[in-house]
Formats: sequence, C-alpha cells, structure tokens
Amino acid sequence: MLADNRIKTVTSVAAAPADVPAKGRSLWRDAGRRFMANKAAMTSLIVLIGVVLFTIIGPFFAKWSIEKVDWSVVGNVLTAGAPSFETGHYFGTDEVGRDLYSRVIQGTQISLLVGLVGSAIAVVVGTIYGAVAGYFGGRLDSAMMRLVDIIYSIPYMFILILLLIVFGRSFIMLFVGIGLISWLGMSRVVRGQTLTLKNREFVEAAIATGSKPRDVIFRHIVPNLLGIVAIYATLLVPEMILLESFISFLGLGVQEPNTSLGALISEGAQTMQYGTYWQLAFPLVFFITILFTFFFVGDGLRDALDPKDR
Amino acid sequence: MIQFILKRLAVAIPTLLVLIVVSFFLMKMAPGNPFAGEKTVPQSVLDNIYARYGLDKPEWQQLAEYIYNVVFRFDFGPSFQYRDRTVNDIIAQGFPVTFTYGAWAFVAASVIGIALGVVAAVRQNSWADYLSVGFSIGAQVVPNFVMAPILVLIFTLWLRWLPGGGWNGGHWSNVVLPVIALATSYFANIARITRSSMLEVLGSNYIRTARAKGLPGWKVIFGHALRPALLPVVSYLGPVFVGMVTGSVVIDLYFSTGGIGQAFVNSALNRDYSTILGITILLGALTITANLVVDVLYAWIDPKIEL
Amino acid sequence: MAPVLTVKDLSVRFALHESVVTAVNNLNFTLEAGETLAVVGESGSGKSQAFLALMGLLAKNGSVSGQALLGDVDLLALSKTELNQYRGRDVAMIFQDPMTSLNPALRLKQQLAEVLVLHKGQDQKQAETSAIEMLERVGIPEPAKRANAYPHQLSGGMRQRVMIAMALLCQPKILIADEPTTALDVTVQAQMLDLFKTLTEDFGTSLVLITHDLGVVAGVADRMMVMYGGRPVEKGTVDDLFYDPRHPYTLGLLHSTPHIAKRAERLDPIQGMPPSLENLPKGCAFHPRCAFAFDRCLAERPALTQLENGREKACFHEGPMRYGKVA
Repeated sequence: MLADNRIKTVTSVAAAPADVPAKGRSLWRDAGRRFMANKAAMTSLIVLIGVVLFTIIGPFFAKWSIEKVDWSVVGNVLTAGAPSFETGHYFGTDEVGRDLYSRVIQGTQISLLVGLVGSAIAVVVGTIYGAVAGYFGGRLDSAMMRLVDIIYSIPYMFILILLLIVFGRSFIMLFVGIGLISWLGMSRVVRGQTLTLKNREFVEAAIATGSKPRDVIFRHIVPNLLGIVAIYATLLVPEMILLESFISFLGLGVQEPNTSLGALISEGAQTMQYGTYWQLAFPLVFFITILFTFFFVGDGLRDALDPKDR
Repeated sequence: MIQFILKRLAVAIPTLLVLIVVSFFLMKMAPGNPFAGEKTVPQSVLDNIYARYGLDKPEWQQLAEYIYNVVFRFDFGPSFQYRDRTVNDIIAQGFPVTFTYGAWAFVAASVIGIALGVVAAVRQNSWADYLSVGFSIGAQVVPNFVMAPILVLIFTLWLRWLPGGGWNGGHWSNVVLPVIALATSYFANIARITRSSMLEVLGSNYIRTARAKGLPGWKVIFGHALRPALLPVVSYLGPVFVGMVTGSVVIDLYFSTGGIGQAFVNSALNRDYSTILGITILLGALTITANLVVDVLYAWIDPKIEL
Repeated sequence: MAPVLTVKDLSVRFALHESVVTAVNNLNFTLEAGETLAVVGESGSGKSQAFLALMGLLAKNGSVSGQALLGDVDLLALSKTELNQYRGRDVAMIFQDPMTSLNPALRLKQQLAEVLVLHKGQDQKQAETSAIEMLERVGIPEPAKRANAYPHQLSGGMRQRVMIAMALLCQPKILIADEPTTALDVTVQAQMLDLFKTLTEDFGTSLVLITHDLGVVAGVADRMMVMYGGRPVEKGTVDDLFYDPRHPYTLGLLHSTPHIAKRAERLDPIQGMPPSLENLPKGCAFHPRCAFAFDRCLAERPALTQLENGREKACFHEGPMRYGKVA
C-alpha cells in the first residue's frame, strides 16, 4: 500500500498539470466521490441507515411493549421464551419475560442517541475551545490546554460514576457526564489544526484587513476545520456508545424499564450460562454492527477528507 | 532530566489536589447521609457517630485534615460501611489482586502488540499483517465487558479448561481469563498503532539511507526503525493504563476476582463515601504517575525533546 | 581503461492497480573511473528511479531488468544479502532531502560509525574516530562535538555535509547524488558542489549527479546524459551539449536556465508539461512540446544514434540545433 502511494506520487507529479486551473474540483465534491468509491465505507453507511430505519419502522411490528411481562414464559424462559414468530417474541424474551425485540429496538435507539448527543457536545464545545486556544495562542493557549491535560489525566470513569451516584441516575446526568469528557480529544485535534491554519495566507490576509478575532475564527478558521471535525465526530459516536454501554453494564445507565444495548448485553451475559444465548446474541449483534459501521464510515471519511493523502 | 521531571510534577501535584478537593465536595454534596439509611437512630447516637468520623467539624477543617492524613500518613480514614475496617484495609485487600492481573495484562498487551505490529509492517500482506489488521478491527468493537462473557462461554462452559471466576489466591488458572479479557482490545490497538507507525517509518527517507548503507534487514528494522516507530505507541501507553484501571471494574464484577474495582462498586452501591473517595484518589494518583512515567519515557526515546 | 560501471538495457517498471508503468526504458550508459556524469531531466523522466534500481531501493511494486556491471559483478543479479556487501561500500548514494535523510533518533556518530563497522570490520571506537575525521574533511566545525549531536540540532547544509561524509566513509568507487543541492540555499549549494568536486577527486570516486538544474551541471560534470520520458535523448560531454545541443529537448532546457540562456537571445521555456508515464505520446515522446516536430516524429520513435566525439542523440533532425532555424 505504501509502495503504491509512493509511485503514485511519482507519476502524479508528472501527470498533474500544475497550471491548469482546478475547474469544479471542490473539496467536498471530491471527497464525496472518493467516499462513494470506498466499498467498505459505503456498505457500512447503507447498513447503518438500515439499522436506523429498523429502529423507526420496527416498533410497528412489535406485539409486546418494552415493559409488559409475558406471564406465559415466566419460569420457563429457556423453552417458552426462545425467539419465535408464534409467540410474537421475534428475538425471544429476557429473563423476566419481557419482549426482547422491543427492548433491543429501544436499546438501539438510546445507544444511538447517546452516541450522537455525546458527539454533538464534543463538536460544539471542542471546536470552539480548540479554535480559541489555537487562534489566540500564547498563555491563554497553554492555560487552556493545561486544563485539558489535567482533566485527561483524571480517571474520568470514576468521576463519572461518582457523578451518577451523587446526583442520581438520570438521562441528563448521563449526558452531562459524557459531555464533560467527550470534547477533550476534539479540542486537541482542532487546536492543532487551527495552529497550522492560522499561518495560512488567507487567515493572515483576513487579520491584516482588520477583521475581528471572532469573525476570523468563525468565518475563516472554523469552515476549514469542518473536514477534520466531521471525521472525529463520526469516530466519536462509537466511543460514546461504548462509554454508555460500559456505564449501563455497571448498572448505572438508563433506568428500568428503559434500556440500552449495554444494559441488555450485561443482562444477556449474566444469563448466558443457563443457555439463553439469544439474550446476549441479539443486543450484541446490533451493538457490534453499529460500532463496526461507524468505524468504517469514519475511516472512509478520513480517507476521503484527510489532506495528508492527497 | 531532573528539571523535566520537576516540571511535570509541578503539574501533577496540583492535578492531584484538584482531584481530592473535587471528589471531597462531590461527596459532601451527595443527598442524604451515609448513616441515615439505618432505621431511626436517636440523635445522641448519631452525634456520637459524627464525632467518631470527624463529621461534626466544619467542612474546610474536615478537608484539611483529610488531605493531611492522605498526603503525609497515607491514611484514608475509616470506612463508613464497615465499622471495624479502614479504607486502607479495603484497598490493601483489593489492590494486590488488581495489580496482579493488571500488570500481566499491561505487559502482555504491550509486548505481544508491538511484536505483532512490527511483523505485520515488515511482512506487509502476510498472515501476520492480516491477523493484526483483522484483530484490531474486531477488538475495537468488542469491549472487555463483551469479551469476558465470550471467554467464559468458550473456556469455561464449552471447553471446561479454566474457571469462570474467583481468585483463589492468584492461581494461574484464575488469572488467565481476566488477563485476556483486559488485554485484548489494548493489545489489538497497540498492534495497529505499531503497524501503521512502523509502515510510515519504513517508508521514510532515513530508512532508505540505512538501506543504502548496506545494513542487513534486521539491523535496519531494530537499529533504525523501531525506536522512532515506538513513539506513538509510548504515548498510547498512558490511555492503556487508564483503560486498564477502568477495566478492572468490569473484570472484578464479571470474574468476582475481588480486586479494587469490586471494592469501588460495592462502596458506591453502599454509599461508603470514604472508601469511594479513597479509591478515586488512589487511582487518580496512580494514573497521574503513570502519565508522568510515559512522558519521561517518551522524552527519552525522542531526542528532539530536551530533558 | 575499463569503465567502473556499465549499465545495459536497464528497465524499471512499476505495477500500479491495473496497469504497469515503465519508468526507465532500455537505458545504456557507462561510467568511467573518476569522472562526473550528470543525469539531467524533469521530474518523471526516470533519472532517479534508474539509480534507485541500481541500489536495490525501488518501491515494493517496482521491478527491474537488465545488467549493471560493477567490475564484473552484476548488481541487478545479486540477492539482497549479496547486494548489501556492495551498497555503502562500493556504491554510495546521497538523497535530495538532507532534513529527513538522517535518522532523527540516533546520534550522528552512531549513524556514521555503523558503516565502518559493517564494511571495514572496525570496532566501534576506531569507527567513531574515523567518522570524526571524515566529518572534519567535509567541513564540519568542531567535529568531535558535533558527532554526539542528533540530526535535528544541525542545519540543512550541515546535514547534507554529514550525508556526504557518511557516503564517502568507505571511499566508494561510485557516489550517486540524487538532487543533492535542490533543498539547500543557493549560497550553500555552491559550497556543496565544491565539496563534491574536491572529495571525489581526492578519493578517485566516480560521481553520478542527478539533477534538473543545468547550472549545477555546468561547474561540476564532465559528461551528461539528458533523459526524457524514461529514455536518454542525448549524451555527450558537457561542453558539447551546452555549446552545441543536438536534441530539441536539450536546447529547450538550456534556454530555460537563466544564467546559461544569457548567452542566447532570450529566455525561452519549454512549453507544456512533462508527459505522464502511464500515457506516453506515440512516436517521439517529446513531439507534443517540440518546436521542430514533423510528421515522422508523430509516428516513429527515433533511436539513439552515434555521432562524432562519442556523442549520441535520439532525434530525426540532423546537425546543430538552434531556435529560429533548423540546420
């Protein structure tokens, strides 16, 4: 692969006419074309869209709600609670007789939501924080990045658990906790990118013409950060899902009867030894599919947008 | 060198203090109090208990005494949950367990991960390459709390080779599964990072120079490529350490190994605040120390950083 | 006297995704002992790849055919292990970018000494002493102190001097310098070329100077070979080619170089771009950019033909070449 790249640059130097104006080769259209050509990323994107559609359409086919206990399977989950079309439990039931199909759909929705919200917080906070630190530089920059270093070096998981214990388990608290740490990595990436952008001619030109710092940051720097932010935001989604599922695994995530994939996996793992493998298998398949597809889409975005490979 | 370490300590110590203060007040902000759960206790008894734990003093004084005890006497105080045990007792019981499987997992993940990554990069498109690439993609989406049940399913329920839990004084058969469960995803990530950084280094101009000198292949790899290629791996070791500390919670819960993670979750569920506080601070201090060590290691490998 | 290097039918190919590109096509040349041969051409002309192939340093998707006789040893027929005995000892190479060509993680003396330990069997201490001597010869001040430095502590010019020292440690028969001055400041370039000239003369080393800069050639080289699209188009002594170019591409190059073109009427750059190797024009590869091209050039590729004074050229036009008139 590397060898390929090397010779590619050798030939493309010869092939690319430098003084022909780059007609209609916008960065985003170009990236889109490259992304479409990436089979793994495209397949993942389609599968991901399929999963999302399933969580929207799936509930219409559900015969049981997430909390209704099917008393006919209680005490006999291993045989009566197995996946079946006749009972309406397409994915079987959980240990207390609730419909796993509905619960997996809800768990998927919540996991996706957590991932997207966590990533969105990171995008907003991390981008602004990183851009400000990188743009102003100097002492402000070192103070701001020092703070990031400090938060980074605290075992956040324990703080997060503390938060959830102290303030009680709630959706809001979960998002606050995840939001507190998700932006750290993003702010570092954005700061680094801003530092290089700052010395580019178009930014210097904007400063020279007397634009205010706020305008320079939002009009000139942030738009040029979008590519790298998009890549990292996509890769953050699975990380946030992992984080949430870890918290749910500890029993500190969303509260019953609501559920998430992490909670379902945790329950499935505990009952696996009784032979009810479907209780682990269905949430696990959804979980792994979502993580896989997000990673591949993120990877595809990186290949498509990262200027390093161009 | 000493100056560099001092400089880092100048950051590490305030970080630790911030951690102590924040955790301390978080505890104080917690609704209810640790003793309210026990039926109706006469006020006089409650006062006695408060006095015993020093809770009758003003908060700033409690904090000052707490910091003094932790920093100078390494004393985390009595447990709120168990009358006859101190937090130090609880830590002393759990820590060696966590340290045993954690250290094995750390060493295994780094050594095997680096080895596989190097082989994968040098023999690109060989079985080792496909193995490391496939593995790292797989391990990225299989976190340790999913890995653990799968391992138990295979090695305990199906093959019946290894026990599915317990510690048994650290018998090797009880250590193996926790180590694998904890190490897998980091091992895969280390292999991936090593592979890509090694590939980048192998394509660099100075490796071409080394080849042009007529150095044999192994010398090019071990004498010239390995050290610069390890830089990103070393900077990843900090997060690996944090991840393993965090992962110990999963390991303890799933394998009932009785390590520090189990103590943390138990005390969290029982609102044993002094224990939670103690463990948080201890692990925070360990993490900060680990990051310091990683920084020094990094600076030692990269000559561009002046020590 | 037998030439120190004889290259016969050297071809270099690269496998791309769906096609194979020929970067160097049936190259033949000889290198005499002690002479300086300049290899001139634009990027993509194959000049670098030809010599990387001799050194066994092609990218992984590259393959090579032909012969490269060093004495009676064919470098291209050797196994990797056998080749390691020759590269660094008999044939050394210096690369374009001194900033990235030294290992950032190793001290200079380590990087220098290992060559002597490897090829001359010296022990570490001996080797370091010789390395320091060599650093002094290439004009590095305080060589004993600098030997302990890491590359990032030196300027670009200093690093290129270190590269030269490293290449000359074993007093090789051939030194290949691939654009050795391109990345350097103009003032440093001149010093560097001086250094090349003195040292190769002192050691009796033959120098191959790969460059796109005719200004560099003028001061240093004895003979030159002009390459275009993977093939040589003109060979001869530097004087012959400079004062009496016979190939329109050589003429074009001369007219594109400011301080040489001063003699001519005007600066007259070659029109157009170097061709893509994946898609070379039919006939003479240069015809789309050639002011003198006629029907035959489009259909048929001119072969390299012998002229007087050992010169060769690949062009259908005969006689001297000048803008404004075809002799």
